[in-house]
Amino acid sequence: MNFLNRLAALLLLAAACAAPAAADDLLMARSDLMYPEAMMVLQSAIKAQGYTITRLQQVNENLAKRHYKSDMYRVVFFGKYDEVKALAASHPELIPYLPLNITIFAEGNNAIVLTAHPRTLEEFFPDPKLKPIFERWEADMVKIMDTVRESK
Amino acid sequence: MIDRAIALLALLVLGAAPALAAPDGARLYSQNCAACHGENGTGGIGVPLALPSFQATISDDYIRKTIINGRPGRVMPSYKALNKDQVEALVRYVRSWNKGKAVTYSALPVKGDPKHGAQLYAEECASCHGADGEGGRGTGVTFSRPRDLPIMAPALNNVGFLASATDAMIKRTLVEGHEGTPMVSYIKKGLTEQDIDDVVSFVRSFERSPLPHNTASLAAEKPVIIRQSPYDLKTTVANVTQAINNNNFFFGRAQPLEYGLVAPDKADPHQVVLYFCNISFLNQALAIDPRVGMFLPCRITVVEHNGKVQVMSVNPKVLSRLFNNSELDVLCDRMQRSYIAIMEEATL
Ligand code: HEC
Ligand code: HEC
Repeated sequence: MNFLNRLAALLLLAAACAAPAAADDLLMARSDLMYPEAMMVLQSAIKAQGYTITRLQQVNENLAKRHYKSDMYRVVFFGKYDEVKALAASHPELIPYLPLNITIFAEGNNAIVLTAHPRTLEEFFPDPKLKPIFERWEADMVKIMDTVRESK
Repeated sequence: MIDRAIALLALLVLGAAPALAAPDGARLYSQNCAACHGENGTGGIGVPLALPSFQATISDDYIRKTIINGRPGRVMPSYKALNKDQVEALVRYVRSWNKGKAVTYSALPVKGDPKHGAQLYAEECASCHGADGEGGRGTGVTFSRPRDLPIMAPALNNVGFLASATDAMIKRTLVEGHEGTPMVSYIKKGLTEQDIDDVVSFVRSFERSPLPHNTASLAAEKPVIIRQSPYDLKTTVANVTQAINNNNFFFGRAQPLEYGLVAPDKADPHQVVLYFCNISFLNQALAIDPRVGMFLPCRITVVEHNGKVQVMSVNPKVLSRLFNNSELDVLCDRMQRSYIAIMEEATL
């Protein structure tokens, strides 16, 4: 085997090892913090990636109105104005997936946060122009999740 | 050329370094499993893993195979993308909760009479594990909502379970039970060893009646449901609002897509999001899978683009796939039909 062949084999191996751990599922993290603190960490992690929070959708309160029991539960919506505006104009079929959101709920003394992998959208909307955007969202979401998981 | 190739290689190896170094089981567990099984293995959306009585009846191989196979349709993902060392690190980490001696099980089948086993199963097991071994409803031990059993009874007809558990392990589980869970010892409950062998051979027979899988039909689904509206934007919004009410949902609010991103008077009025809900349906969905927040609240968007008006929504069936939960698939099917009914009524 010459050097370049060997190099190619090595590259393949390295790429295989660096492959992402989960593919077809959700991005999830558990926080050791109680729900209110985890919610604060989540919101500041979202803002740290340059997003504006547009709405904190109440869920448990709405259930309680009909006397259904549930622990604290919210969906946090967020986006960047220029990005949402540009995407809605160029790719209106993407609108139902905008703005981005993360679900957070209490579980005992912990909180769980989760969202879909933005990467999944590449499969739904295969336009190569969108790929770098989905990749960036993926990286941002992973960072936000890591921040929530690791804050003590 | 070679220089550049070497530089590239160095970069790649650096990037892959954490994966090539001895993997850290605790970290892998925290990243991949803790969200569901709890940081200390006490359970959550997943079942408890640290219970001594559970650890006492399982083998390393059961954990290993469960990680690789997952439980298709039962929330537990399969981790096919983890490499061998990472899986082994996870196995060691999960097994560090085992206080007793590690067991290994023979792969030989247990000999029993599946017919008699079926009868015993219907009497003794079906109330928790389901008539066809489909498992209890909902997820793990989630504390965030009221539940019937403290721990969900796992699905016994699941291909991932059957591929991971040997007959000998299932037998040991029935003989000893898992103390501290609803799963009790069936020797103590009066079954003989032969009875237990019969039940084991019946459980194994689930392998011959695999559940129908709906992945193929899902592949044909589009990510977005779209209908053209023959009406102008304002009329279409009014129609959707009316159709929401007609279809057993309550209408929440209508907002521009850019709501919250810009001053209200600056938001583009040509993209209107209508939010709505059906609380008892929502409660049912959350009991089946507490992660359904992603679908909330229900929404349909009315968009005017290049003079054409369209109504659109996400396709719940496509999103459902990400949850690996066949009970949720059924609800998402219902949700999809509701969305389509509303959109077609509004654009008729
Ligand atoms: C999305 C939630 C989720 C994640 C993430 C998850 N699990 Fe699970 N796991 C479950 C559920 C739910 C079950 C029970 C499924 C059933 O049989 O009905 C389960 C079952 C198991 C079982 C079998 C338990 C028993 O009682 O026999 C093992 C072992 C297990 N998981 C290990 C892991 C490991 C290790 C990881 C991380 C690599 C992991 N799980 C990640 C939800 C999850
Ligand atoms: C009262 C409800 C209940 C009954 C009745 C019951 N089980 Fe279970 N079973 C459970 C629960 C809950 C678990 C999970 C325990 C745990 O997490 O350790 C379980 C675990 C198991 C397991 C281990 C599977 C796994 O993935 O961990 C097997 C095998 C099993 N049961 C078989 C049976 C059979 C066969 C019968 C009838 C002879 C039976 N069970 C009766 C509730 C029940």
